Amino acid sequence: MANSHTPDLSLAAAPEARRRQIMGRFFAVLLLFCTLFGLVMLGVLLVQIGNSGTPYLVQIVKPGYSVDNIFEDHTDLHIGSTTIAINTGLLTNYHSRTPAKAGLKSALVGTLIVMALVALFTFPLGVGAAIYLEEYAPPNAITNFIKLNIYNLAGVPSIVYGMLGLAVFGRAFGLLEPDSAFVKTFHLNIHQSGIHQFNILGLPFQFPFGRSLMAGGLTMTLLVLPIVIISAREALRAVPGSIREAAYGLGATRWEVTSQQVVPVAMPGILTGMILALSRAMGESAPLLVMGAFIYVPFLPKNLWDQFTVLPLQIYNWISLPKPEFRQGLAGAGIMILLAVLLLMNGIAIYLRNRFEKKW
Amino acid sequence: MVTNMQKVTLQTASSTAPDYTDIAIQLNDVGVWYGTNHAVESVSLDIYRNQITAIIGPSGCGKSTLLRCINRMNDLIPGTRVDGEILYHGVNIYQNGIDPVTIRRRIGMVFQKPNPFPKSIYDNVAFGPRVNRIKGNMDEIVEKALRQAALWEEVKDKLKQSGMALSGGQQQRLCIARAIAVEPDVILMDEPASALDPIATLKIEELMQELKQLYTIVIVTHNMQQAARVSDMTAFMSIDRSRREDRIGVLVEFDETKKIFTMPTQQETEDYISGRFG
Repeated sequence: MANSHTPDLSLAAAPEARRRQIMGRFFAVLLLFCTLFGLVMLGVLLVQIGNSGTPYLVQIVKPGYSVDNIFEDHTDLHIGSTTIAINTGLLTNYHSRTPAKAGLKSALVGTLIVMALVALFTFPLGVGAAIYLEEYAPPNAITNFIKLNIYNLAGVPSIVYGMLGLAVFGRAFGLLEPDSAFVKTFHLNIHQSGIHQFNILGLPFQFPFGRSLMAGGLTMTLLVLPIVIISAREALRAVPGSIREAAYGLGATRWEVTSQQVVPVAMPGILTGMILALSRAMGESAPLLVMGAFIYVPFLPKNLWDQFTVLPLQIYNWISLPKPEFRQGLAGAGIMILLAVLLLMNGIAIYLRNRFEKKW
Repeated sequence: MVTNMQKVTLQTASSTAPDYTDIAIQLNDVGVWYGTNHAVESVSLDIYRNQITAIIGPSGCGKSTLLRCINRMNDLIPGTRVDGEILYHGVNIYQNGIDPVTIRRRIGMVFQKPNPFPKSIYDNVAFGPRVNRIKGNMDEIVEKALRQAALWEEVKDKLKQSGMALSGGQQQRLCIARAIAVEPDVILMDEPASALDPIATLKIEELMQELKQLYTIVIVTHNMQQAARVSDMTAFMSIDRSRREDRIGVLVEFDETKKIFTMPTQQETEDYISGRFG
């Protein structure tokens, strides 16, 4: 009680308190603006694409009118006296010079097959590399060098991967082309195209892969592999060390600890990375263009060694044509289909991921 | 609760002197380095079978470090080096050709923070027997381990539920059940009750008295009362006073618990147990 200090008990706001409050609100608004900027732009984009593309996807036909002839092959739904015409020809036709008959069948099938190949190759390679780097690699300079360079690879422009894909998968460094030193030295009997086709166990095979689906899938795999490795490493690193200790403490080997305890816990995070990587791959056109994928493919691939095209390339093709029906209408409709496939795929992946999470 | 504690104290007091021929683990001149950091120096002590050996001492004196050497858990920390020898039934566990995986199957561990796997209670207990290919009916193995860990009655109707959903004390008993499911010889406990409330702590202590009939137990604890209540032998570790800035952990005194707590031979031990430092 002998203390001479008398605390100020007034609750009136100090003059500087008001200024601090204003600063706080100012930053809250600023941060909200940052959040909304991208979203608003995305919204504008979607509205614009929807505007130009929707008439090429569906038409609502009022009683007494007929379907506008901007598309020819349509399926009609009758709701009361109103007819809804859906441009099914967009999905079932190949590209045509006539806008009303043009579709993206080969591109849609090409995209689905390339994505399946990318998923098939990327998951084991990416997760395997991440497990090695996080759980097995000794912590030394070489490991750090590898880790650093995987980050670098994730930043390499996609067109460079296209050139890499062309050189490695498409042409195998030109090793089997008629004028290569290798062919000349050994007097090999090689097809003029430089592509050697043969059968393994009755299944067709070719080397180099040329402009095939296989070459495209592998090129895209190279492109997204660093993303998958990095996100899978993050997911593995987020698994608490106590889980590893507990498993080791029971006499489990490194492989048992990793495969039975660590990877299952990290799986939702690993799958999130896969979703992001596949979404990226699905939208890419540059690497496949450089690799030699075709823009006009009027057939479906018979096997993995066939030529192909993908949705972004088909859209790119339409945008570069002079007719506004292609440039605006069909390109917009194509983008909407691409987005729909993307959302569908992500939806399935997120559903699978959530099921994984609920297991325990 | 009070009666239980008295019972435990009485048991300790009346326990017969350990049979000095029956040594499970023998530490000879053990030192531990983390890189260039000398963590523990020259510890020699014997751990007797079916006894509870407590390691006490102030924070940072290397108790846990020493404990984790006994089942080679420190191998998992890169740059760790152990010298001297740790004999498990006469065999040096650090000699060439000894697989740490086999060591850890014989010498199990319970950690400071309960760390059940994010799986069902059943799978938590079954993991060890499965990886170690223990033969027998898994349901029976799981039930036996849970009964031994005094958890069966509480969880028998929810074996498929996540182990993470249990209370802290139950989680720690689940971890003990998980450790004994592989039928180890020795169980190392690293402050097993320090994250638990007093009632859960008491349950763990009672459980340890049951378990020592079957297993050899080494416990690291901050809690001197706990060491006095549960252990037969006590090792007091401290930081070497002559080189205080190096923070090297050394063994000050090792003896029967009742001697350590009633008539320690070292002044430093007496200071610590009477609360004058640490």
